[in-house]
Amino acid sequence: MRVPSYWRRMPFLYRLSGWRCDHCGAFHYSKPIVCRRCRSRRFSEAELPRSGKLIAYTVVRSPPREFSEFSPYAIGLIELDDGTRILSQLTDFQEDELREGMRVEAVFRRVRVNGEQGIIEYGYKFRPALRGG
Amino acid sequence: MGRVFVAGAGFTKVAEHWDKSLEQLMAEAAVKAIDGAGISSVNSIYVGNALSEFLQEQSNLGAIIAEESGLVGAPAFRVEAAEASGAAALYAGFCEVASGMADAVLVVGGEKLSDGLAEEVSSGLMMGGRAWYEGFIGAEFYSLNALLYKLYARRFGDEGIPMFPVISHEHADGVSHAQYPFKLSLEKVLSSPFLAEPLRRLEVSGIGDGAAAVILVGEDLAAKLKSPKAQLYVSAATDYLSPFEREDPLRFQSVALAVSQVLDRAGVDRGEISFIELHDATSIMAALCLESSGFSPPGNAGKLAMKGEFELSGSLPCNTFGGLKARGHPLGATAIYQVAESYLQLAERAGRNQLDSPRAGLALSIGGVGAEAYASLLKRA
Repeated sequence: MRVPSYWRRMPFLYRLSGWRCDHCGAFHYSKPIVCRRCRSRRFSEAELPRSGKLIAYTVVRSPPREFSEFSPYAIGLIELDDGTRILSQLTDFQEDELREGMRVEAVFRRVRVNGEQGIIEYGYKFRPALRGG
Repeated sequence: MGRVFVAGAGFTKVAEHWDKSLEQLMAEAAVKAIDGAGISSVNSIYVGNALSEFLQEQSNLGAIIAEESGLVGAPAFRVEAAEASGAAALYAGFCEVASGMADAVLVVGGEKLSDGLAEEVSSGLMMGGRAWYEGFIGAEFYSLNALLYKLYARRFGDEGIPMFPVISHEHADGVSHAQYPFKLSLEKVLSSPFLAEPLRRLEVSGIGDGAAAVILVGEDLAAKLKSPKAQLYVSAATDYLSPFEREDPLRFQSVALAVSQVLDRAGVDRGEISFIELHDATSIMAALCLESSGFSPPGNAGKLAMKGEFELSGSLPCNTFGGLKARGHPLGATAIYQVAESYLQLAERAGRNQLDSPRAGLALSIGGVGAEAYASLLKRA
């Protein structure tokens, strides 16, 4: 990702902060022009809850170039406490610890180093909840 | 809207063509299609390609392919819709002929994946998702498929899903243009390592290069040409990019919409479809394709596959030359291979893979994980 593009996404990538549709409640990662679900044009800033449960996960064993150094890594589909579904890398887990249905929580982590520019990009990852959520 | 016919087709073998460039492959397919149709010029050219900026550092493919195919002067357009780029180019070319603006167009799809390393191709495929969401966290194409596979297995069980690559390979056996022209046993599929569990290495298509082309003509020109003709109908639809934003991630609504619309347009019932070319980029996508399009009840595609329904001798043959898995999946070319192969079936020129007097065939092409779907239907003229 180019630096300005990364900079624009920081509120979401750092704090899970985005925009919620005033009409239907759909969460948008960045400020939309129209709601993708109901076409409403009114939104309020909102942060997603930082905990939820793991619905399903997989392990990427043949990663894209940008993620070679992290191979293998786990990708989870998570249902947050408000029902929003989010994809995330999973981190800080022991081998065989991951269970579908387990509580997970968001943490701030180094996600990757951007190619030739060498920019270290940070963002959210989820880990097993420390106190059972 | 005027009627549109496929009047010629050409393609290269899908392979790692180290000695040929993307434009050479596309020109080779284009010239074969032009010769096959028995014409000397076209009104315009539509080029399907997904990743040339990324893998070849080359844009402006329209003008380049016009030049390489000996058609300088004709307007030329490059059309992109991720893995469905070829189908998108076909759709655009169809519209120009159907509108009456053109008598003949060349649609050519091509992709040269072997110019990149495997991990670069993976990065390229990931560009079909949102760069700052799936792309940023490394949720690449196969990991999204793996998550769908898990949800599917939980709801329906996964019985028979790994049969799809077996069927495709069975049909590719001995096919001269197929990348993997040999049989593959279910045991081999099941014992191949995980790419992203539960998705195994041999449940996904490989990396290859190839180009395919078709000539589309209007009714007047079709009547004058001696080559075989098949009437073409197209339809397409989009969906939310991420499957997990959809009401039901296991239903590709884009496929459902495109297929019901194309059947409507062609005036054909599902029961009249003689064969389907599926988008089997992964085994689970093949199953979701069949179920979303209404050719299998939800949760049953794998069971029907086990029963042999999708084999050449079955009730609904699928991937008659090997599909994405075994013929090969050079992204922007793939849908044009599907349509060219369907044309061969309807023209009774499918050789050892010939079905018994097929009347109509359906080709399904999907961009991303169902973000867009294209349904192309060929009917005996």
